[in-house]
Amino acid sequence: MIRIIFKTFAATLFLFTAMSAGAQQQILNASYDVSRELFAAINPKFQAEWQKKTGSPIEVQQSHAGSSTQATAILQGLKADVVTFNQSTDIDVLHQKGKLLSPDWRTKFANNSSPFYSTTAFLVRKGNPKNIQDWSDLARADVKLVFPNPKTSGNARYTYLASWIYAYETFAGDEKKIRDFVGKVLANVVVFDTGGRGATTSFVERELGDVLLTFESEVNLIRKQYGEDKYDTVVPKISVLAEFPVAVVEKVATAEGTGKAAHAYLEYLYSAEAQEILAGFYYRVHHPDVVAAHAAQFPALKLVAVESLFGDWQTINETHFATGAALDQLLRRIAQ
Amino acid sequence: MKGGNRVLPGFRLSLGLGVLYLSLIVLLPATTLVLQAAQIRWSELLFYFTDPRLLAAVRVTFIAAICASLCNALLGLLLAWILTRYEFPGRKFADTLIDLPFALPTAVAGLTLSALFAKNGWIGKMLAPMGVEISFSFAGIVLAMTFTSLPFVVRSLQPVIEDLAPEYEEAAECLGATRWQIFWRILLPSLIPALSMGTTLALVRSLGEFGAVIFIAGNMPFATEVVSLMIFTYIGEYAYEAAAAVAFVLLLTSLLILLIVQLLQRRYSAREKL
Repeated sequence: MIRIIFKTFAATLFLFTAMSAGAQQQILNASYDVSRELFAAINPKFQAEWQKKTGSPIEVQQSHAGSSTQATAILQGLKADVVTFNQSTDIDVLHQKGKLLSPDWRTKFANNSSPFYSTTAFLVRKGNPKNIQDWSDLARADVKLVFPNPKTSGNARYTYLASWIYAYETFAGDEKKIRDFVGKVLANVVVFDTGGRGATTSFVERELGDVLLTFESEVNLIRKQYGEDKYDTVVPKISVLAEFPVAVVEKVATAEGTGKAAHAYLEYLYSAEAQEILAGFYYRVHHPDVVAAHAAQFPALKLVAVESLFGDWQTINETHFATGAALDQLLRRIAQ
Repeated sequence: MKGGNRVLPGFRLSLGLGVLYLSLIVLLPATTLVLQAAQIRWSELLFYFTDPRLLAAVRVTFIAAICASLCNALLGLLLAWILTRYEFPGRKFADTLIDLPFALPTAVAGLTLSALFAKNGWIGKMLAPMGVEISFSFAGIVLAMTFTSLPFVVRSLQPVIEDLAPEYEEAAECLGATRWQIFWRILLPSLIPALSMGTTLALVRSLGEFGAVIFIAGNMPFATEVVSLMIFTYIGEYAYEAAAAVAFVLLLTSLLILLIVQLLQRRYSAREKL
């Protein structure tokens, strides 16, 4: 009996050693909720490229959740080598709360460490029955909106800031008028889901609301997936520049010895090949050839960087999204 | 208390293992929660606990949980009675169905319910012309809580009803008691301990329910936001201490409710014995 147990034990041990000896290098990409399909398309290409260049195989694994949730998971020990998020606060927090990367992560890659970007756009029902053209239409009393809770969704934070940006331009910075406008937009929301995909379900499956506000990339993907004959895309004249920041989680990558691969992976996102895939998923990109090839797909609009209007993200969170801040004040006014 | 006198051998070992298990699974996380909550400053505590949005969420959660628990107390009693006392085809199947809310991931339950009761859903479609909205309203929260906490009432009542000898009812009937009297004076008193415990468990479960509720509630601030969502929101703001503090208060309230019910029960059963 004891011999059998011992043999099984030895065999298991042997198997494990053999597996780890032959194991290929792995990196884990922790990303936001709706990027699943995107990275599923990019990763195999990178793996092939890496194999060709270095001669050794590599496996890129993916993990997806709201990017604030992902940051929390990494702080609590999720061994992600790279992060590809949809807002930079969630990367900043990796430095502030865990010292997992250096505070100047934004300078490590081109374009503020954001290989692609998007903006907030509108998805409306076919034929645009409510005639939604720009932000001003979203404040009308007869229009019902769907977007996630800005408190739990980075996507919705951009939506909120975009409406603020529009109001800022329109009312020449008059704070009272801006608040009135953004308040009207918020009052038209019929459901606050916790994340982007939840809001999509509410709009598409439950048929709630007249307009779904989300990233332009999502707007187009939803149209493609649920029927171009059912929905139309409306891109407003002015909106927010939503950069999708990336970073190597240096502490994890150093510990795992994956620093070089992690860096190469993020660098690869800037290549023409990867940018082509990104554009195929309706993300706006930087590579000049790809931009030229997809010019018709992306209507021109004025994009405003949030930092230029509101200050850094920490300030934005304190003045807009923290408990008792501007968003809460506006919502309270609506409730009364 | 010598170990050798016990029926089962290894009293010390089993007690030690039991306590260790309980500590690891229950006590350790609870302690971590308290420690995390303890890091909050008084000023922050005051700030968060006077936030009207949180207070509104507390009100919504409690009222909904109480509605759901009362609903389950009534229907759960009915179901438990039917399942133990009546013979009908498919009884075993119905009995298994009771546990479904436990087996189903709560998020799936929430999504399914909201699909069913949305304006374009099977049931929602019929209710819409009557002006009744379940999904994305307060009623949706109650529905989700009722669904996830139903097994508690039924499962605590079933063994008691099984043990209840029908002779008492027959005797009462022979002595001329009306049906209402039999229920009210003979049956209910012996069911009350189990019924109140089951209802309390359902209430406590409903107070903390997250997955099922957020998909059907609509999550409108001040109207259909529940406390567990507020905790989730605080985590999203990286306000871990606030999240822990609110969670701790919720936990404390639940424990207090359980304690009170147990005390009441003890007094009740002591009086019954007189």
